[in-house]
Amino acid sequence: MINKIKQYVGIMPAIFVIGFFMFIPILIIVTYSLLEANPYGGVNWNLTTEAYTKILYERDLFDEISFNSAYLVIIFRSIWIALITVILCLVAGFPVAYYIAIQPPSRRNFLILLITVPFWTNLLIRTYSWILVLRDTGLVNNSLQVFGITDTPVKLLYTEGAIALGLIYTYIPFMILPIYASLERLDVKLIEASRDLYATRWITLRKIILPLSMPGIVAGSILVFIPALGAFIAPELLGGGQKLMLGSLVQLQFSSARNWPFGSALAVIILIVVMLALMLYARNAHKNNSEGTIH
Amino acid sequence: MGKASKMDLQKRNTLIAGITATIIACTSPASADGDLFIYNWTDYTAPDLITKFESETGISVTLDTYDTNETLLAKLKSGAKGYDIVVPSHNFVEIFVTEGLLQKINAADMPSYKNLTANFKSPPWDKDNQYTIPWQWGTTSFTVDTEVYDGDINTYEILFQPPSELQGKIGMFKSADEVISMAQISLGLSLCNENPEEMRQVLDLLQTQKPFVKVYNSDGILERLTSGDTAIHQNWNGYSIRAREAKASMRYAFPKEGVITWADNLAIPKGAKNLDNALKFIKFMMQPENIAIQSNFAGYSNGITGSQEFFTDKLKAAQELSPPEGTPMVFTKTCSEKAIKLQSKVWTTLLQ
Amino acid sequence: MAQKTDIRTLPGFRLATIGFFIYLYIPLLILVVFSFNATHSATVWDGFSLNWYAKAFDNSDIRRAAWNSLVVATFATIFATSFATMAALALARNHQIKHKPVFNGVLMLPLMVPEIVTAVATLTFFSVIGLSLGLGNIIIAHTVFCIPFAYLPIRARLHGMDKNMEIAAQDLYASKWATLRYVTLPLLTPGIISGAMLAFIISIDDFIITLMVAEAGSTTLPIYIYSLVRIGITPEVNAVSTILLCISIIFVTISYLVEKKR
Repeated sequence: MINKIKQYVGIMPAIFVIGFFMFIPILIIVTYSLLEANPYGGVNWNLTTEAYTKILYERDLFDEISFNSAYLVIIFRSIWIALITVILCLVAGFPVAYYIAIQPPSRRNFLILLITVPFWTNLLIRTYSWILVLRDTGLVNNSLQVFGITDTPVKLLYTEGAIALGLIYTYIPFMILPIYASLERLDVKLIEASRDLYATRWITLRKIILPLSMPGIVAGSILVFIPALGAFIAPELLGGGQKLMLGSLVQLQFSSARNWPFGSALAVIILIVVMLALMLYARNAHKNNSEGTIH
Repeated sequence: MGKASKMDLQKRNTLIAGITATIIACTSPASADGDLFIYNWTDYTAPDLITKFESETGISVTLDTYDTNETLLAKLKSGAKGYDIVVPSHNFVEIFVTEGLLQKINAADMPSYKNLTANFKSPPWDKDNQYTIPWQWGTTSFTVDTEVYDGDINTYEILFQPPSELQGKIGMFKSADEVISMAQISLGLSLCNENPEEMRQVLDLLQTQKPFVKVYNSDGILERLTSGDTAIHQNWNGYSIRAREAKASMRYAFPKEGVITWADNLAIPKGAKNLDNALKFIKFMMQPENIAIQSNFAGYSNGITGSQEFFTDKLKAAQELSPPEGTPMVFTKTCSEKAIKLQSKVWTTLLQ
Repeated sequence: MAQKTDIRTLPGFRLATIGFFIYLYIPLLILVVFSFNATHSATVWDGFSLNWYAKAFDNSDIRRAAWNSLVVATFATIFATSFATMAALALARNHQIKHKPVFNGVLMLPLMVPEIVTAVATLTFFSVIGLSLGLGNIIIAHTVFCIPFAYLPIRARLHGMDKNMEIAAQDLYASKWATLRYVTLPLLTPGIISGAMLAFIISIDDFIITLMVAEAGSTTLPIYIYSLVRIGITPEVNAVSTILLCISIIFVTISYLVEKKR
């Protein structure tokens, strides 16, 4: 018995901390989502599923229920933007992670640290700096005009491109670092073997390097996707705040809309979606693992 | 390898030292005359004021800041502790009181109560000033760059049906109630409207305006105005002074349809540990020479008679503090649940 | 090693990396430049001055906020990274543990809930159990939130690691602890460093959770800065950010030199 407990000693601190300080708050959220909203914020202790039906249906004046797509639109837009962010971070981040991983060790750590340096400054300040670069009177437009490439400013700020730029800027270290961690001790012999067998560089990349970096890519994608789903600073500042994102929608419920149950219900939905996605992934990974362990 | 284990030991030592340091930092020594924890909006407390209060009373003041009434409400409702003074807006006072988050201060019994101006004695949101005294009051309308548009600015028309010079150069707040209230006044509808048909008109107005809006954001207004990113921006009068100081062509509008007016108030949350010191601070702030320091700093009016004497010349002359005769001043209200639901529906539809 | 590098390089990757670092540092360059601006604007250049640095050093609120941020981030990083490392090792190397996917899921939990919701719920929970530790409250909340960020890179590293070294060590009669100490942990270091870095930057940048959970007197830098933007960022904030950047660059340089000496 004691032996059995000993097995679990390693995971206990993390599980305990999360279990106590995260699981109980989640129970609080689930409870909130099933209660009635207090008009002044907080909840009244009456059970109702109103918060969940509100996501899809709205009550009109005469208390008749009709389908309402507004929230669905916001939810899908956020998922879409988060997916795009993941893909762009992967495309931009993989070469960097790989390049760093094949440097000599001392330079390797230096470059990795260099990636995290900008993140010592506040996210908001960093995003503001992008406004200075992108706006009509900003760095890019001024240079374009000085060099006579354009006469009138090109609209860069408050566009979807600006949002994407800002999101990548926010989340790319969460992609690069895990990929780097999994590539760092890439066995040169594997590449040599592949090249000896007349594989081109690109085939080597696809058949050897990418599969080896898969754990890192998956970890990175999770770390980028989930926070990006709730992102709102880049969309607000660089996109002009014209469209609500899931993050702002939830925020709104706990602030001016004063509908804590609805905010909680949205959170529960996000939680379920993410959990399902992770479970699907885990099942697949398990399958692939058992197939792939022929050494 | 031996080197590594030494380093580990060192690490452990620094860790222990660090933990001790934090514990000491957390239980920072209270000053002899006690502490006062003020929780106020950002950049809304004059540093000179705090210095003066500290040197007169010997109390050591710690200032924390928040960004919206909603943050303050959510925090106090969830049970945040440790604050002795909070500064809710007038339309939130009722909510804080109903929710039992404030304690009575009975300002009317204080000797300096006579200093309050007539309109802030027993205001609609706090009968007999049982819970609050006024801190600062001001208005919300919009700032226009008269270099870009030189027509009459004292009307909501140029904000909601912008002339060609201002199209695509509009900045609005990112705040449902402030944007919607303004649209309601412009349409001549009542605030905190509970009529869905009338709220549809509000939505229509905002939707026709949306293509001309460059940005919805309550932060960084000054930057957007002075850089020329926007030429007309929803704004508070105190910040509009700063915009004019940065660029002389900036004018603050007092729309003839009515100007939104608000007042922020000093209050003591329930469970405040330093009640006596908080009361001392409230009495201190009822002295004209003290509240004037605050007005000079933030650029807003106050509710204490005789404080104007202590205003700087710059503030005395500020156009932003003196609406033209006859402009209706509309105090915002505490909205009902139904009105808030309609508001958030309009807002979500506008920005979906 | 140098000749072998050839074989691993891929055309264009070097260029992509250079481009990436330019992209990463352009906003910072602007930020630093404007910290020396003579006037009140953080966006329009008006000449050189050191005023804002003097002001920032003079501003006790900023100093206190920056100090709080550093203390919180340091402790949250240490706790989160050690817990995450232990958990990752136990889950990857201990075959008797059952229900691993469940434990994995629990470790991911803090990532899955939107921040504002975690914030409100955590504050409610803290006040229900009467937890009132000043900065300690924030450190606890950040530790919880940082665990998945530290855990994922470490786990990714463990997955890709060659188990043969550890098996070899055990074959040579190294005890379990000796194997862990002298073989596994050193091999795991890049993962641990990556994880710790992510945890640190997550903690030092966190706004919403900190805003809600903070007690009186524990304002951190993000809270201070977020509330400042209402009036527009002044070069004072740029100055503080530049100082923080300098601290981080000093760290980076030291670690680079230490690395090189080895």
